[in-house]
Amino acid sequence: MIAELGHFALILALTVACLQGVVPLVGAHRGQISWMRFADQSSVVQFVLVAISFGCLTYAYVTSDFSLVNVVQNSHSAKPMLYKISGVWGNHEGSMLLWVLILAIFGAAVALFGRYLPPALKARALSIQALVAIGFYLFILLTSNPFERMFPPAQDGQDLNPLLQDPGLAFHPPMLYLGYVGFSMAFSFAIAALIEGRVDAAWARWVRPWTLAAWCFLTGGIALGSWWAYYELGWGGFWFWDPVENASFMPWLIGTALLHSCVVVEKRDTMKSWTIFLAIVAFSFSLLGTFLVRSGVLTSVHAFATDPERGVFILILLLIVIGGSFALYAWRAPQLKSTGLFQPISREGALLLNNLLMGTAAGVVLLGTLYPLFIDAISNGQDKISVGAPFFNAVFIPLMTPMVAAMAVGPLLAWKRGDLARALKTLWLAFVAAFALAVATWVWQSGQSPWGIVGVAIGSWLAIGTLIELAERIRLFRLPLGQSLRRLVNQPRATWGMTLAHFGLALAVFGVTGAGAWKVESVQSMRPGETVTVSGYEFRFDGAAEKQGPNYLTTEARFTVSKDGDVVAQLFPEKRVYTVRQMPTTEAGIHTLLSGDLYAVVGDSKSDGSYVTRIYFNPLVAWMWIGSLTMVLGGALSLSDRRFRIGAPKRSAVPAGAQPAE
Amino acid sequence: MKRLFYILPLAAFLVIGVYLAIGLTLDPQKLPNMLEGKPVPAFNLAGLEGRDEKGFANTDLRGEVSLVNVFGSWCVACRVEHPFLMKIKENGWVPIHGIDWREPNRTAGPQWLRRHGDPYTLAGDDPKSKAAIAFGVTGAPETFVVDKQGIIRYKHVGPIDEKVWSGTLNPLIEHLRGQGE
Repeated sequence: MIAELGHFALILALTVACLQGVVPLVGAHRGQISWMRFADQSSVVQFVLVAISFGCLTYAYVTSDFSLVNVVQNSHSAKPMLYKISGVWGNHEGSMLLWVLILAIFGAAVALFGRYLPPALKARALSIQALVAIGFYLFILLTSNPFERMFPPAQDGQDLNPLLQDPGLAFHPPMLYLGYVGFSMAFSFAIAALIEGRVDAAWARWVRPWTLAAWCFLTGGIALGSWWAYYELGWGGFWFWDPVENASFMPWLIGTALLHSCVVVEKRDTMKSWTIFLAIVAFSFSLLGTFLVRSGVLTSVHAFATDPERGVFILILLLIVIGGSFALYAWRAPQLKSTGLFQPISREGALLLNNLLMGTAAGVVLLGTLYPLFIDAISNGQDKISVGAPFFNAVFIPLMTPMVAAMAVGPLLAWKRGDLARALKTLWLAFVAAFALAVATWVWQSGQSPWGIVGVAIGSWLAIGTLIELAERIRLFRLPLGQSLRRLVNQPRATWGMTLAHFGLALAVFGVTGAGAWKVESVQSMRPGETVTVSGYEFRFDGAAEKQGPNYLTTEARFTVSKDGDVVAQLFPEKRVYTVRQMPTTEAGIHTLLSGDLYAVVGDSKSDGSYVTRIYFNPLVAWMWIGSLTMVLGGALSLSDRRFRIGAPKRSAVPAGAQPAE
Repeated sequence: MKRLFYILPLAAFLVIGVYLAIGLTLDPQKLPNMLEGKPVPAFNLAGLEGRDEKGFANTDLRGEVSLVNVFGSWCVACRVEHPFLMKIKENGWVPIHGIDWREPNRTAGPQWLRRHGDPYTLAGDDPKSKAAIAFGVTGAPETFVVDKQGIIRYKHVGPIDEKVWSGTLNPLIEHLRGQGE
């Protein structure tokens, strides 16, 4: 009964979305306020209906209702409660339901909090949002119904994929989806602006918070995902340039570019059609990501639910949504006029450089991700290649290096006309420090990968450069300390957000550099009592014991790690076999130090009582997580800036030559 | 001229769309296999220590449809498919022969089979990849369907599960059994 209620609510939501896709759009065209207002009410109704539907599926999971095919395939009565709940979105059907739920949340949020939006813009944006939603409702109802019953009901379920039974992965998909789907808001605003034929400072100010929110979630989601891969897959790595990882990384790159170009539109009234373009691309990449994960077009360690039939449906959806928006873009974007003049050496110039590098990086990742597909298609299935980390590292690092270098300089340049020489002079300390640290690294590591030196140099350049910029802003040492501190406290939150986000990236650069360039790995077979020394740490294998978990059997090993005779940590890596699916998983034993992670994995046992063990020292990995968290905090702080909530500037009068569409 | 510039994204997307459409018709997991339709390459492997003396050679693969499964005690994915191989054996669906590939020592493979069950009719030890190279094996597990004449009919890369069995292998095996009777 509950399941049927959920199914019915979803059908109702589709009906409401169909109305919302038409009525407000027509209302905005005709200038009828009541028709436009319909979008506000229908968005909220849609949200309530999808929330009911999602709640019903959750209920079925929590109560282990094994008359639902979806619950049988992905749950088990012995599964811990957390994973019963996360199991709701740990499968294709449920994750699509989560997708539309988040779409509905964003729609309702705009309807409720978008009081200061001009009614026509808001009505159009919400209509576009509903049109996108229609596609996904149909997708769920026609190809992936999570409420399908089976008769007779199963005795028990088949359990969730054990790799997904993990706290990190329980929250990774919702975060990622909040990011992906969050870009739908920027997209809807962009399409609405194209229909209106008008983009101005006010538009940019309205779009920015939505983009920023999506960006925060996406950053958090990606970080959580790579954290999971780091401790669960047991390879000591955190990023594999896997197609599905790339699918989440491309929207992040474009979203970051969009965030920065919105600032230019707001402050300088230029780069308009480019910003619209980015907004469309960011969401297109989100859709493409969904397609790549769900269709089985590319092989990936993550693609746990693939089905070509669904692929056809999503492809058609992609053609309509992305193809349609680019067609509209080709038609309307040339009419968007910019008034601001453009000097290359200026804040906006630096932001354009950021955009170009971010865009190129996304393009390169796209090429690398789809290249195997191109080759496969051209050779009609005869040639299979895979594009791996060497390609991505070779093109991505050289693109990111100048970008990070420029990030320290950009904020020191004034709008309109910056003084590059003066900015660089201000940064002398950062330059000296970066140079000194690079030399120190070079001496210390003596002839290993050059990227370690480059990473340390640009990381410290950006970190110190960002601090110098903050010191400049509060005129540290040039005003009395008290006044400087007052300035520090009174900095707008958006400024703090930028400083934190940039500083966070610098920390992450250190983390990526450390783990990438100086990882130490040691594989051996060990008997209890034997020790192995890795990076100056002595790992003693104390033995392993079989234990019983709620729905798995595990071999838990113990390592005692000491340095210079002092015990530093004990590690408990596990090797689990989940009983229902008979599937083994690895749980790495990790102890985090600021200097690096002590990381141990236990493998198979041999007849002589020894175990295959893998010990890693992963330098500076914690910096990456701290850096990512700092970036998210920066974004969140910027989001709380009151300028976004109230006092949006009045819309500019329509400039001559750009008539609205009406 | 300027308008052309704005049409570029649409054009680029449509090109990608065409490739995605073609991609949907191809199976990325199906690797091209030069050996399909050709006789099993010649090999002669010693038996697993303590299991049997007989060993396993290409000449054994005649008279009935069978599977040749490449595995190793070091291979995690083999551990994943293992319960299903046991199920095939218990139900007597089709004989499975094993090539124990790249073991670190003589005892690792037999011991692994003692611990997890032994689904194989015949099994050969292939520490130096002699048979594996002849079969063009790129990773474990890989499974070959061999017909009554000893001709390779299909190669499956990756673990065998319920879906692979009922969707691909079983229909093919039934079809091959029906041939030439």
